[in-house]
Amino acid sequence: MLLKTFHRGVHPSYHKELTRDKPIEPAAIPGRVVIPLWQHTGSPCEPTVKKGEDVTEGQKIGDAKSFVSSPVHASITGKVKDITMHPHPGGAKVLSVIIDGDGRGTHPQDGSGVEKKDWNKDSDGVALEKLTPEEIRSIVRDAGIVGLGGATFPTSVKLTPPKGILVDTVILNGCECEPYLTADHRVMLESPDKVVWGLKAIMKAVGAARGVIGIEDNKEGCAMILSKAASSILPELKVVLLKTKYPQGAEKMLIHALMGRKVPAGKLPFDVGVVVNNVATAAAITEAIRYKKPLIERVVTVSGNGVRTPKNLRVRLGVSFAEVLIQCGGLVQEGEKEILAGGPMMGIAQKDLDVPVVKGTSGITVLRGGEIKPLRYEPCIRCASCVEACPMGLMPYRIGDMGRLGMTGPFKSWSGSACIECGCCSFVCPSKRPLVQWIRVGKMKLRSSSGASGA
Amino acid sequence: MAEEEKNVGGLVISSSPHLLTGENVPKIMYSVVAALLPVCSVSVYFFGLHALILIAVSTVSSVGAEYLIQRFMGRPVKAWDGSAAVTGILLALTLPPRFSIFGVVLGSVFAIVVAKQIFGGLGYNIFNPALLGRAFLQAAYPVFITAWTEPFRGFFQVDAVSAATPLALMKFEGIITPRLNLLFGNVAGSLGETSALAILAGGLYLRYKGYVNWKLPMGFLLSIAFFGGIFWVVDPLKYPDPLFHILSGGAMLGAWFMVTDMVTTPTTLKGQWLFSVAAGAITILIRLFGGLPEGVMYSILLMNSLVPLLNRWTRPKVFGEGLA
Repeated sequence: MLLKTFHRGVHPSYHKELTRDKPIEPAAIPGRVVIPLWQHTGSPCEPTVKKGEDVTEGQKIGDAKSFVSSPVHASITGKVKDITMHPHPGGAKVLSVIIDGDGRGTHPQDGSGVEKKDWNKDSDGVALEKLTPEEIRSIVRDAGIVGLGGATFPTSVKLTPPKGILVDTVILNGCECEPYLTADHRVMLESPDKVVWGLKAIMKAVGAARGVIGIEDNKEGCAMILSKAASSILPELKVVLLKTKYPQGAEKMLIHALMGRKVPAGKLPFDVGVVVNNVATAAAITEAIRYKKPLIERVVTVSGNGVRTPKNLRVRLGVSFAEVLIQCGGLVQEGEKEILAGGPMMGIAQKDLDVPVVKGTSGITVLRGGEIKPLRYEPCIRCASCVEACPMGLMPYRIGDMGRLGMTGPFKSWSGSACIECGCCSFVCPSKRPLVQWIRVGKMKLRSSSGASGA
Repeated sequence: MAEEEKNVGGLVISSSPHLLTGENVPKIMYSVVAALLPVCSVSVYFFGLHALILIAVSTVSSVGAEYLIQRFMGRPVKAWDGSAAVTGILLALTLPPRFSIFGVVLGSVFAIVVAKQIFGGLGYNIFNPALLGRAFLQAAYPVFITAWTEPFRGFFQVDAVSAATPLALMKFEGIITPRLNLLFGNVAGSLGETSALAILAGGLYLRYKGYVNWKLPMGFLLSIAFFGGIFWVVDPLKYPDPLFHILSGGAMLGAWFMVTDMVTTPTTLKGQWLFSVAAGAITILIRLFGGLPEGVMYSILLMNSLVPLLNRWTRPKVFGEGLA
């Protein structure tokens, strides 16, 4: 069978076998969490609690008035120890609420007067039919749901089509094309009902008639399970198997592969009548609507040859990377290590294991020894591998040099800003040139130069 | 606990992606060297010890020149990355079997120093170094470089019968060499342009390894066949047929080992087609109407100079570009 896919792209080794068959385990409730007030694309939140205040699990502790933003919640019950700048896996320091757990609410009868939260209680009073699109959006926003695939765009914004835009199709992204990661894979296998029900809620919110789930063919088992779940919830659902190729899960590539529609440069999926959400996001939407559960935990794949026992863990947001790694047997002793928030293609290297798991942390990948790429690079031999790999149709070797050399004019006219930073170009480069990094620099220089001229 | 973990060696910090393919420049270059072995073997079989000496001297002096110039210019020494060896072997393969040893040293030094390192070294050169080296020798040894001999198949044979190449026979005397001789290499010509089969074997090996973009040799050979074919159709008595054009002279060697040189050819799909088709057309023009019997070298060198322009003109369409 000829599977659908997009143009160009690469075939990295996926290493999914490390965790693919490992069911999601609930992680221990941490004694302390660090909740950054900025875990999404858009404006940061203002804290709504004060230092020393008692908070309970699921309580909103930060919010913003801005449309493109998403509130944050306490992921454990306890006391606000401090509100301070703290390292974030994105690299910078971010204003964060630090909560020390006090054990209250962890047992049904612990005499503390705080009820243990039961996030598994289906409030059957909520029938999707009775909710208006506006109500669905507001539940999703209040629950702090953002794109869990890693892009962390506030989901409520995605559920609000601009005036005059007709959305005909909602796509759920179950590609998980990033090597090592299997979190979405496990969510699809273990909670297919939540995924499909969430899709139905999204379709209702945006008024779309069609729902499609796109899955790479290395996760064939998920397709059957999802179709089975759909038979009672959403019979018209289409589950489409796509060729396993990186970056199949990139929004524009996915829409093109599934529907043949190309999102115009600089536009959004809305402009071709499509909304794309991650499968785990859909499951979180179901939990928010039916179980009244805000986004206080997520599934994280902890994998790589540098970690003793790779696992899929359901962890509370705000727990430190160190604590998560310890629950996976800690790090292997021998060899240098590189610890990534996310997978190896787009993940961010960490220098400090005190950073918290945030909404966008789909995985923690620990590379070891010879797996770590050399930092030396050689001159470009213009082999054109990067041009042949770039899914966006760019010429990475050129825009990379333009970025590195600060040539903002050419960088702009050669569409450097269209780069989605998927990493295909650097991956295939025989000279090991850090092209994506240079393109990032180019984008930054372009932003600062256009900001300066606009002022 | 966190402290303990942090103390387990230092953590490596680098930018994404953190995964790379196993490809590297030496791997590519030494694969090209391996792909050239069949051609070299056939040339030694037909032209004996002197052919072997020419190839060896050219290779050693190219690598040596690269090493010395890199030391002299204070650049990192990468003479062993295989690229200089490729240049050396290719240069030798473009020369007549009885070419002077001193001449080949001169040519390889010119190829490495002038054609490659002065431009900035591997990746920065505009012209194919081996071809520019050969062009230099053509100017420096105009008579010697067209002194062809019959293949003699004797390893230690010293005397050789001088002969004209199939292209020269065609051009100046109107004699067409039999196809089979062209295929197996039993014809007069430069070391590497004799056996089309041996070249094809190497080229297909590179194709299998993924180091050759098939569009380049295809575009070049089809273009030669097409433009050669036009004249053949018009006057089959005066002009040779397309197959003769493809199998004779430097067409095969050029197609698989020079038009495919990564550094000096375009990086865009359209650019690669334009480059190879135009090079093929110019080859035919020189062969049929120029002063020289063979045109592969100058056609490729001419197109090399247009590569930056071709890349600029044939930028691929950015995803979603030009859509409303």
